[in-house]
Amino acid sequence: MHDFVFPAVTLPESAKLLRHQVREFLQKERDAGTFTPRKNSWSDGDAEFSRKCGQAGYIGMIWPKKYGGQDRTSLDRYVMTEEMLAGGAPVGAHWVADRQSGNQILRHGSERARQLILPQIAAGECFFAIGMSEPDSGSDLAAVRTKAVKAEGGWKISGTKVWTSSAHRAHYLIALVRTAAKEDDRHAGMTQFIVDLKSPGLKLSPILNIYGAHDWNEVVFDECFVPDDMVIGEVGGGWNMVTGELAFERSGPDRFLSTYQLFLASMAQLGDKPDARAVNEIGRFVAHLTTLRRMSTSVAGMLTKGEKPILEAALVKDIGTAFEREIPEIFRQLVPSEPLMDDESSDFEALLGMSVLKAPGFTIRGGTREILRGMIAKGLGLR
Amino acid sequence: MSDIRDDLEKTVDRICEAHCLKEVFMSSEAGVWPQALWQALEEVGLPQACLTEAQGGSGLSFEDALFVLKRSAYHAAPVPLAETFLAGRLLSAAGLKVPEGVLSVSVSHAQDNLVLLGSENNATLSGHAHRVPWGLSCDHLAVVAHRDGQQFVALVTRDALAHSASETVKNLAGEPRVQFDFDKTPIIAFAPLADAQERLLTEGALMRSVQMAGALQRSLAYSLQYANDRVQFGRPIGKFQAVQHMLAILAGHVAATAAAADAAIEVSADAPEPFSIAVAKSRSGEAAGKGAEIAHQVHGAMGFTREHNLHHLTRRLWAWRDEFGNETHWQTRIGEMALAQGPDKLWPFLTSL
Repeated sequence: MHDFVFPAVTLPESAKLLRHQVREFLQKERDAGTFTPRKNSWSDGDAEFSRKCGQAGYIGMIWPKKYGGQDRTSLDRYVMTEEMLAGGAPVGAHWVADRQSGNQILRHGSERARQLILPQIAAGECFFAIGMSEPDSGSDLAAVRTKAVKAEGGWKISGTKVWTSSAHRAHYLIALVRTAAKEDDRHAGMTQFIVDLKSPGLKLSPILNIYGAHDWNEVVFDECFVPDDMVIGEVGGGWNMVTGELAFERSGPDRFLSTYQLFLASMAQLGDKPDARAVNEIGRFVAHLTTLRRMSTSVAGMLTKGEKPILEAALVKDIGTAFEREIPEIFRQLVPSEPLMDDESSDFEALLGMSVLKAPGFTIRGGTREILRGMIAKGLGLR
Repeated sequence: MSDIRDDLEKTVDRICEAHCLKEVFMSSEAGVWPQALWQALEEVGLPQACLTEAQGGSGLSFEDALFVLKRSAYHAAPVPLAETFLAGRLLSAAGLKVPEGVLSVSVSHAQDNLVLLGSENNATLSGHAHRVPWGLSCDHLAVVAHRDGQQFVALVTRDALAHSASETVKNLAGEPRVQFDFDKTPIIAFAPLADAQERLLTEGALMRSVQMAGALQRSLAYSLQYANDRVQFGRPIGKFQAVQHMLAILAGHVAATAAAADAAIEVSADAPEPFSIAVAKSRSGEAAGKGAEIAHQVHGAMGFTREHNLHHLTRRLWAWRDEFGNETHWQTRIGEMALAQGPDKLWPFLTSL
């Protein structure tokens, strides 16, 4: 049977130094009034803040210098991201580009795509959206019907993507598209394209979310042209790219820190000497958080060594997202309050209210909890 | 896994597979000391694994010694290996010589009130010690006793214990827990140790966390095996999504417990580190209850019988989560530590560990 081992990670000196630099950076920005710590920072975007992150070298840190990166280690990036998230910084605008799109382009993109796009991402001036879901394809990703047909010098894409976060604010979208008809192997014939969101043949319409905000979009492609050098990797090799490598992006601190600001705000509301039950719950959450950090940093360490901890990474996401969902449920009972729907205020009742409203997304985004648990079961050796 | 770990795992597996048999569990619960099992462990020096070579140990690292304990719990071995480790560590910390053989400890039970009387050559012990694990099976018992507001570690022999036992009860695993009523009972050694009680409680919590990690790991292994083998409605029950999802949740608890226990072990070789042990004990205690529930649900009626071995693990999980402080005890401590930092300094505190 699989033996779960999460070895300790010794952070390099560079990461320790970086931790303090990021803290000072955030302190300076908070003092300057650039942002107030918010409740769910990686879905909260601020293009101006992203540009400052780019200037400070906090985007694309692990990429080579020739593409605008810093040539730093994954552990350095880990420390930077957890500091940003714990500090409630509005990193949402560049998050997707930094976490996954840029990495995919670096590994599998054409040289032109790398040179054109990566330096812009690293500068904090270029944002990405992810085009996977469709009206009839959510958890069942292989059911995508949006298709690309070969054309002179590129491809023409037609179809519809939905629930596409930030597409109206992003510069590019990475779309998973069918480039060959579905065969016996339903995972074959899928390809990823980098689509310039200013291209002709694209129509975006807002899809308002449950709290009435415009974050998601419907993106309709009507023979939208994408040049050959904006194909990511092999034509037909999209499935493995999406399911294989993204498996390792499941276990970061963004999977358990989404409601950390609410936890801190709850502590502040409860004061120095809360009742026994509140002390107990605070302790329980610190115990869970500490354990999740251990697991998450350990997976980061294993990845740095070239290991493939697929099962461990999936488990971090499963228990991490359950943890961040539980925080509003517990602390609403400890701090008597009536939550408000207000995404601008940092008052406790607004933080609580928006956490309650955003929480359902935590166990859906990036693959539902149920799909994840099915994968874990398979990884455990259930036949 | 390192070569040493690999060897240790094979050794513990070999001994436990030979000796942790159905009849051994049954007779052990009936009060018969599992001599052959202990002797096999003694022959390879494992009860001394937690001691340094100078103290009479085998020179294993603390991490490796606790790996032995985890693996013995994987087999639900019905012997006081954790207690022997604890007593050895407590005596050593007080600068006392560690005797050979089976050892146990008083557990800092809330109602314990042991006092040290007399002086150098005729020191004695009075008061009550509750729920002492394997109290009548050990060759020596290490206790924490008080005198004039000072804490001491004292050593009591098997003969003296036999005269002082008042009641033996069983924990949920069927392991003996003995009450001792000492009345000027002679002791053979004692020494002051300022934080003896806290050290014992914290280190005991670490041992139980590690044991829970081992027992949870085996509970998952049994559950996976059963889910693949048991056929209902024409297919293995592991094919059903409901069962798969339960097992995925169980795996999360197993993984989190292993991670939390390892984190605590790494920083506790010299002395128990309170924060990480509090995290480990509260996290593993929570996992024990939730994990055992799932393991039983997967096993259905079969797991509720004595025909299957699952109960040896789950009954231990239910016992261990309450010994040396339950989740509330340790969560409260963590909560107090977090509140002492306050919301502004909590994150720097957590990342400095």
